Amino acid sequence: MSPENTGSTAGFGIRIEGLRKRYGAGDAAVDALKDVNMIVAPGEVVGLVGPSGSGKSTLLKCLGAVIEPTAGRMTLGEEIIYDDGWRIPDLRALRRDRIGFVFQAPYLIPFLDVIDNVALLPMLAGRPNHLARTRALELLAALEVTHRAKASPSQLSGGEQQRVAIARALANQPPVILADEPTAPLDSERALGVMRILNRMAQQYRTAVIVVTHDEKIMPTFRRIYHIRDGKTYEEAGEGRDIS
Amino acid sequence: MISLAGRDLLHSWPRFVLTGFGLGLLIGVTLSMAGIYRGMVDDAQALLVNSGADLWVVQKDTLGPYAEASSLHDDIYRSLLSLPGVAKAANVTYLTMQVRHDKGDVRAMVVGFEAGQPGEPPFLIAGRYLTRGHYEALADAKTGFRLGERIQIRRHEYTVVGLTQRMVSSGGDPMVFIPMKDAQEAQFLKDNEAIRNDRARTAANPALNRPGIPGLLEAVQASQSSNHNVNAVLVQVSAGMTAEEVAAPIRRWRHLQAYTQDEMKEILVAKLIATSAKQIAMFLVILAIVSAAIVAFIIYTMTLGKLREIAVLKLIGTRNRTIAGMILQQALGLGLIGFIVGKTVATLWAPIFPKYVLLEPGDAVRGFVIVMVICALASTLAIRAALRVDPATAIGG
Repeated sequence: MSPENTGSTAGFGIRIEGLRKRYGAGDAAVDALKDVNMIVAPGEVVGLVGPSGSGKSTLLKCLGAVIEPTAGRMTLGEEIIYDDGWRIPDLRALRRDRIGFVFQAPYLIPFLDVIDNVALLPMLAGRPNHLARTRALELLAALEVTHRAKASPSQLSGGEQQRVAIARALANQPPVILADEPTAPLDSERALGVMRILNRMAQQYRTAVIVVTHDEKIMPTFRRIYHIRDGKTYEEAGEGRDIS
Repeated sequence: MISLAGRDLLHSWPRFVLTGFGLGLLIGVTLSMAGIYRGMVDDAQALLVNSGADLWVVQKDTLGPYAEASSLHDDIYRSLLSLPGVAKAANVTYLTMQVRHDKGDVRAMVVGFEAGQPGEPPFLIAGRYLTRGHYEALADAKTGFRLGERIQIRRHEYTVVGLTQRMVSSGGDPMVFIPMKDAQEAQFLKDNEAIRNDRARTAANPALNRPGIPGLLEAVQASQSSNHNVNAVLVQVSAGMTAEEVAAPIRRWRHLQAYTQDEMKEILVAKLIATSAKQIAMFLVILAIVSAAIVAFIIYTMTLGKLREIAVLKLIGTRNRTIAGMILQQALGLGLIGFIVGKTVATLWAPIFPKYVLLEPGDAVRGFVIVMVICALASTLAIRAALRVDPATAIGG
């Protein structure tokens, strides 16, 4: 990673060193991740690419503190969160406050309107409702969906839903966002639109973004791509096409 | 923090309202069943209170006159009047039968009583009390009879001259009050053919039809077709004496059974309506189980329909207790809707029931608590399913 590529100033968004994950034990043991190393700076968007079964989802679950790695180290911002064992006692709070998630489908909560879908995370973190909603409106404005703030998710287009999902991921200002195939269901124009937003938000909020993808349409937008094969990561320079 | 349960409820309110309405009908039936039981107890209570008696003197070794048949000679009341502590004593007869009028039959308890004595209805809502010795009747308003209407009891017609209210038997049948002599006749009157056969049989008996004793045959025949029995004697106790003090010598020396109000209530509630009460209790238990099963099923299926959202909520850091609280609140919300609907429909349809349905506020409060407890218990299955959702399922792969 080169800071000049990302505009990063100092520190890491997320840093992963020698991460391993083994399922099962003995003869039945399977090493899903053998040696994963990644560094993503604040404000940077990197791609994570690999064939099915290569360990992408396992890596995403480890990074998302949903499953526990077997060994290695993960640093979030300045803090080591995993070093051959979790260093953070409350993983739920870690996911809530310091990791943003964007999924292939937006998975907005259908019974909450747009503003409360975004405000929910700050509310869960204990922020007063009015401050949480102010924060949500600010993000919706940045993502140009303020006019849909009171709408139900079912009333939004696919692109609008994905933008709201990105706003939700940013709601607690996490140092890292994990995006799992966020452009898969979208056509080229909308897919590039989502990448444009992710890049802009990453820059604006100094967030490191890891995009797991198979989508050839968006590959040229990455400056750096991590390939994962047989549980190991290999870094590669991307085209870094300007889509602003 | 916003109410996730409330938002979900508002989002899918038609489903909630319809389910709550269905549940409410079930709760309405449950409340009505409880009301029917209360009505039966209240009917029994009204029967005792309205009779104006402190003691019921009945045939020895019986639980009469309501729970068992009881037969006493109609002159026993005189000897009872001579006992210390007895202010009033009067004969009564009770006979449940079909009373005919121009619109058909009405099942009623025909009560024979003596005017101005215990057993007479304590109040009228229309008309007047009996002034003639025969063929006048007082009727409970529930019979549907009108003032001046002619009704038929056995072979005789009676004119309804007064209407009473809440004068019903322990079985809920409305009462019709007629003079004692008419009631005795009605209770034991045979049909004409039977009387003719009895007279012929007596006349053919040389022991009862002796040529040398004029009037013997007529006297025997008259005794065969008349009745001097009553079902009970109602006693009012003088001031300064307790019913138990008066009852003791009646039991000891008169070879009769005497029941106080409390004992009679015990007989009516514990013996006469005990089987019905058990039947109703069984229904209440079954309805409670069915309600619980319905709430559990609805909440469980609603939760299964939200597993993806629950996984996302868990992934983004929602606490288990927030998710459990959401499901619990929805179950309680469903119970609340159901209870409101149930209480409303039970109140609306109570007057339509043929028997008295008494919806007591205490039962409503108890019912509400039970519904909430059932809903809370029923939600545990769904909460368990929700808490078992792996947040990793929100992430593909």
